[in-house]
Amino acid sequence: MSFDHLRATYFEESAELLDSAYAALAELAEGRADAETVHALFRAIHSIKGGGGAFGFERLVRLAHAMETLLDLLRDGALAMDAGRHALLLRGADALADLLAAEKAGTGAPPGGEDALMQALHAAAETAATAPPAAAAGWRLRFTPRPALFRNANEPLLLVRALRRLGPVQVTADLSRLPPLERLEPEDAHLGWVFELQADVPRAQVEEVFEFVADDCMLAIEPLAGETPGAPAAEPVLGSEAASATIAPPAIADAAGPTTGAPQSVRVDVAKIDRLVNLVGELVINQAMLLQLGGTLPPALCPGLIAGLETLSQHLRELQEGVMAIRTQPVKSVFARMPRLVRDLSAQLGKEVRLVVTGEATEIDKTVVEQLADPLTHLLRNALDHGIEAPEQRVAAGKPRQGTVHLSAEQRGGRILIELTDDGRGIDRARVLARARERGLVAAEAELTDSEVDELIFQPGFSTAAAISDISGRGVGMDVVRRSIQALGGRITVDSRLGSGSRFVLSLPLTLAVLDGLVVAVGREAYIVPIAAIAESLRPRREDIHAVVGRGEVLAIRGAYVPLLPLHRHFAVPDAQPDPARGIVVIVETDHAGRMGLLVDDLVGQQQVVVKSLEANYGPIDGIGGATILGDGRVALILDIAGLGPAATTRPMPTAPHRAAPLQPALQ
Amino acid sequence: MAKRVMTVDDSRTMREMVAFTLRKAGFEVSEAEDGRKALAALQAAPVDVVITDLNMPNMDGVALIRALRADARMRAVPILMLTTESEAAKKAEGRSAGATGWLVKPFDPEKLIDVVKRVAG
Repeated sequence: MSFDHLRATYFEESAELLDSAYAALAELAEGRADAETVHALFRAIHSIKGGGGAFGFERLVRLAHAMETLLDLLRDGALAMDAGRHALLLRGADALADLLAAEKAGTGAPPGGEDALMQALHAAAETAATAPPAAAAGWRLRFTPRPALFRNANEPLLLVRALRRLGPVQVTADLSRLPPLERLEPEDAHLGWVFELQADVPRAQVEEVFEFVADDCMLAIEPLAGETPGAPAAEPVLGSEAASATIAPPAIADAAGPTTGAPQSVRVDVAKIDRLVNLVGELVINQAMLLQLGGTLPPALCPGLIAGLETLSQHLRELQEGVMAIRTQPVKSVFARMPRLVRDLSAQLGKEVRLVVTGEATEIDKTVVEQLADPLTHLLRNALDHGIEAPEQRVAAGKPRQGTVHLSAEQRGGRILIELTDDGRGIDRARVLARARERGLVAAEAELTDSEVDELIFQPGFSTAAAISDISGRGVGMDVVRRSIQALGGRITVDSRLGSGSRFVLSLPLTLAVLDGLVVAVGREAYIVPIAAIAESLRPRREDIHAVVGRGEVLAIRGAYVPLLPLHRHFAVPDAQPDPARGIVVIVETDHAGRMGLLVDDLVGQQQVVVKSLEANYGPIDGIGGATILGDGRVALILDIAGLGPAATTRPMPTAPHRAAPLQPALQ
Repeated sequence: MAKRVMTVDDSRTMREMVAFTLRKAGFEVSEAEDGRKALAALQAAPVDVVITDLNMPNMDGVALIRALRADARMRAVPILMLTTESEAAKKAEGRSAGATGWLVKPFDPEKLIDVVKRVAG
């Protein structure tokens, strides 16, 4: 394992540890914390520090250490968690994240950035010194080894040295058990000692020194008398059972780190999983070929072949699902960052907001999880900045002072739905429409349905300039959010009621590696249309097809006009059916350009296809999302519907003539 | 003189993580991939601390600990077991075979250094 490899593992692990630290901090802030929470937080910071030390990240270690000191006091109950200390720890976690990022990038963070924070942390920890002390001013240890102590190469002298590292130690030997010389067993332990340690350290730290000898000795630890009023009374001499019970668990818990209580897991390089995914993909293609071949043979010639092939495909599908599941991760890792954001933003905006999170355990492809953070953050910022009203306004509107934002995730069919609902003011359609007209996104006379108006906020160029603020008016608009969701093969829709709030729904694929597709024929070529994008397919009647000047052809369907995109023309495929009335029209829905009809020669069938990226070799191509290999060995391109849109339609869509029905289905 | 530590583990990753951590802390580290190789190497050149995995081919950790304790020159060498939490029974076996202490996988580098210093003096 190379140094770089170790570093990579460390950074990956630290990111996870930070996430769990944020989660613990969120629990603390929301009063959901229990005794384990502070421990979990401590362990996360401690592990980050430990690894950081190994790589020589000194500033990171110093900062983590300062946080640990404070956490240690909170853990022991010497200090109580309050808003100030909580905020300090949050800032600490942020600073750790920054330092980690800087070390990872190899740039080094700007010097001294965390100095003020370090001072504040130290100051907070020092207030504990004036508070009643948690640890005694010192400890008296009565240590009586059992005869077998030496057999495991444990050496009392080394224990004394370890104690010395904690503070000054006075040692008194206890010779009472020393046998007469003729009965002295030279390899047994006969002496006992009393150590007086003058150090204000937690009991656990003293116990840790004796971690390995707990089974082989009698050990009594008591605070030095007279100096610690209110300290726990001296404990009776512990037998070996009791001593091991009190000493061993913290050690195990400590080393086990944040995984305690979590299901057992192994860390696997993503590249290895991707290789598996790819191999399974090849198998699926192979199986499709076999199935096709099997279908051409007379069943009498090879009885059982078809049944065997079917069992194979069943198992293969299970194998595929199993392998895909390895790549999935709970959305919790992204959701866990959100409470933090809400707290910071609401403080900054002077709003009172409660965040309710559900479905954190929902699992989704790792890549999707990672790329969800930015769009979600943006949506949440928007909800707080533009959605939720100031407390006084809410009260005036007859709502509770505190606004509620609900973030949820659930799996529905082959997709994951993530919803962000707020009970704020909702989208002010009149203002949105005025704005869109002003920007030339909508013709002045166009009549738009409510959902069409809501859709306008996703239009590029629809800046919320009227409401620019520090929080969300940073030049990144909802169009960027929509694009990033689309890049993940997902869709985003909004549903809003003026005065009572908005709901954003993100629908995402479970995985990016396979896709349910409709195979269509165009000339001698085959293309794949993602099933998720298809609304319907039909053979159009000639009288429903109209030519529109400058817009090509449109298809009238139940009173609405849908622009037609002949695929053969778009991709310059020879020998295709040019007459729409003799071909098939597949109606697809795009997020920003409404519906359109893809004109193809024929439908071949529906199948699950393995997505092979073309980008590495060809760069991004508008309208093409990738390629796949069909059962007969042919390569078929997978259409990227969103990328086809602009070529087919000239926006803005809402100005289309004779519109009798909405282009967008109303959202429920 | 730098203290010498041997890490015995059939996982190269684990050996290298231990070695990396301890070298960084100033120890001299050698590696062996199973009990038999460790025993041969230690009989040729003893070290100050042995850190061993328990589950290994050829000669497992417990057998290695027994063999080391049976060798007069290595009776007093501190031996640390590097175990997973699920190996409680094995750990007890290792203890009675003469192991000095234990560490839990995955280990915390700081704790590893701390423990090795504690048992090595």
